[in-house]
Amino acid sequence: MDPLKRVTGIVAPLDMANVDTDQVIPKQFLKRIERTGFGEFAFFNWRYLEDGVPNPDFILNQAAYQGASILVSGPNFGSGSSREHAPWALKEYGFMAVIAPSFGDIFRNNCFQNGMAPIILSQAGVDTIMARALRKPGYTLTVDVEGQRVYDDEGFSESFEMEPFRRESLVEGLDEIGRSLQNSDVITEFEEAHPARW
Amino acid sequence: MPETTPRTMFQKIWEQHIVGDEEEGKPALLYIDLHLIHEVTSPQAFEGLRLANRAVRRPDLVVAVADHDVPTTPRDTEVVIEDPIAKQQLETLDANTRDFGIELFDMYSPEQGIVHVIGPEMGVTQPGMTIVCGDSHTATHGAFGALAFGIGTSEIEHVLATQCLMQARPKTMEVRVIGDLQPGVTGKDLILSIIGQIGVAGGVGHVIEYTGQAIRDLSMEARMTVCNMSIEGGARAGMIAPDEKTFDYLRGRKKVPQGDAFDEAVEGWKQFVTDEDAEFDTVVEINAAEIEPRVTWGTNPGQVAGISGNVPHPEDYELPGDQENAARALEYMNLNPGQRITDISVDRVFIGSCTNGRIEDIRAAAAIAKGYKVAPDVRAMIVPGSTPMKKIAEEEGLDQILIEAGFEWRTAGCSMCLGMNPDILTPGERCASTSNRNFEGRQGRGGLTHLVSPEMAAAAAIEGHFVDVRDWEKAED
Ligand code: SF4
Repeated sequence: MDPLKRVTGIVAPLDMANVDTDQVIPKQFLKRIERTGFGEFAFFNWRYLEDGVPNPDFILNQAAYQGASILVSGPNFGSGSSREHAPWALKEYGFMAVIAPSFGDIFRNNCFQNGMAPIILSQAGVDTIMARALRKPGYTLTVDVEGQRVYDDEGFSESFEMEPFRRESLVEGLDEIGRSLQNSDVITEFEEAHPARW
Repeated sequence: MPETTPRTMFQKIWEQHIVGDEEEGKPALLYIDLHLIHEVTSPQAFEGLRLANRAVRRPDLVVAVADHDVPTTPRDTEVVIEDPIAKQQLETLDANTRDFGIELFDMYSPEQGIVHVIGPEMGVTQPGMTIVCGDSHTATHGAFGALAFGIGTSEIEHVLATQCLMQARPKTMEVRVIGDLQPGVTGKDLILSIIGQIGVAGGVGHVIEYTGQAIRDLSMEARMTVCNMSIEGGARAGMIAPDEKTFDYLRGRKKVPQGDAFDEAVEGWKQFVTDEDAEFDTVVEINAAEIEPRVTWGTNPGQVAGISGNVPHPEDYELPGDQENAARALEYMNLNPGQRITDISVDRVFIGSCTNGRIEDIRAAAAIAKGYKVAPDVRAMIVPGSTPMKKIAEEEGLDQILIEAGFEWRTAGCSMCLGMNPDILTPGERCASTSNRNFEGRQGRGGLTHLVSPEMAAAAAIEGHFVDVRDWEKAED
């Protein structure tokens, strides 16, 4: 996984609460057996009209937000299904960080597993970023994962909490499985002490 | 004196499964007793293993089943899967389980069914276990006093490789249900009320334990319905302490210990109850007596009303955010504020899913439907949660009652719960569904979903609109 120390980029504002993973990547696109190829289907039902033409009213389709690498949205982002296709789709679309006041638990875990930063800011902080991104298309922000701070060049700055282990994995680009496999012996000991129950 | 500190059921299970040491501020390495997999979320995990040249550590603790993509048309002869990508996904599950030595219940297996239905049915789900599956409704298994939760594909890969998972210790929440449910009010109505009360994000970061006499009084099927929808309240897991009902349900099932060994196992399982005086991080109380049959009107399971109620006005909500959400949901659902719930008519009815596709649910639907006919403009479908359950229902003659009433009787799978197979809604179609998610487009793009109990769904199929099942006898002409 590529390390993610810091990202500076255009902010795409998705001003809604409870954006669930069924919206991030609708189920008709879950059938691929690879981890790639989902970006073009992110937010499909909102992004395209019935006949497949881009929906001009959907905010991510507006010229000003092309190339955005930071997504900001309302509370409980990524609720619902466990599908990891959601972070795959967002990352492939180009997002390196998602900012919201709260996240669905499984989605948040899944982001970390894919080197994408889910950042929890205060509602006020999210409101500020949302307002600036809506008012001033092309508005950019920096998410400093290492320094645990989000800031822009108009004076906004807010620090955020992130579990040290999670931060380290993102910043170093560590593979969690590799980390766990180092504990193989301890796992074996545990198995010997607790024979399987069925 | 750590031995005497009262602990919750969750803490007991968690602490028994910690591999190595649990350090403050670091996720623990949690041993997983049972790993369930299905065709949609597992292919990339196996691909990851192959790329890294890693083996499956304990194939004997993994159970695989084909459920999400499978058609629900008869399977007596070879099933043709029209969608080439679904076909590939199912074939990939075949190949992966074969290559890595994992037991698979494919679409033709007599034990096939929805992953969260067959676990308890075969008895692989047992009290005190840690259970994971790449599926958010894994909490269903918590009804047996297990710690069961959904994981993503990278975590699936992690569990396949190590039989462990790195997890930060979640917080605990007690949802205490006081009073009794009224007749005609089900586990589904109870959990929809709980979600309505705590909100769709109310349980984020928590494991819920459901307690109280009303919970004890629920059947195992209804307990599974309640735990199943924990994720709809934001919680990773929901659990209910095991008791005699739990043990009775499990006794004699294929994968539980048999004979004396079973009684011994039961003795061990009895420890998985919350000690008196153990503390939860959050406690929520809900009065069962006040609950009436529920119908969701919006696009998340927290947007729900009682059957005697009305579709709300967005202005009824205090917070501007909630007002906006309600307005948006009403627009999508094509409903008017103030409209009576009983005035909402339906085009489709779906009875099935891991929430309400069990034998008790099919019996309940048949009891309502017996002697009636599905309304002329309604298409109603019953999809048993598993193949064995379908067989039981057929032995009981439930299929005949339902078919005579005009319901379609299908083969087992996830079906229209998420519409990854050909069972989907067309835009604008309105459906009374016993599943768990009424998200926009969940059952088909532009489809309008109302979540209800099986009784309420069956009654809606017959009347063509929502009715109060508590009045069902009275509704007879
Ligand atoms: S029935 Fe629905 S919720 Fe349950 S596992 Fe299948 S798709 Fe998921």
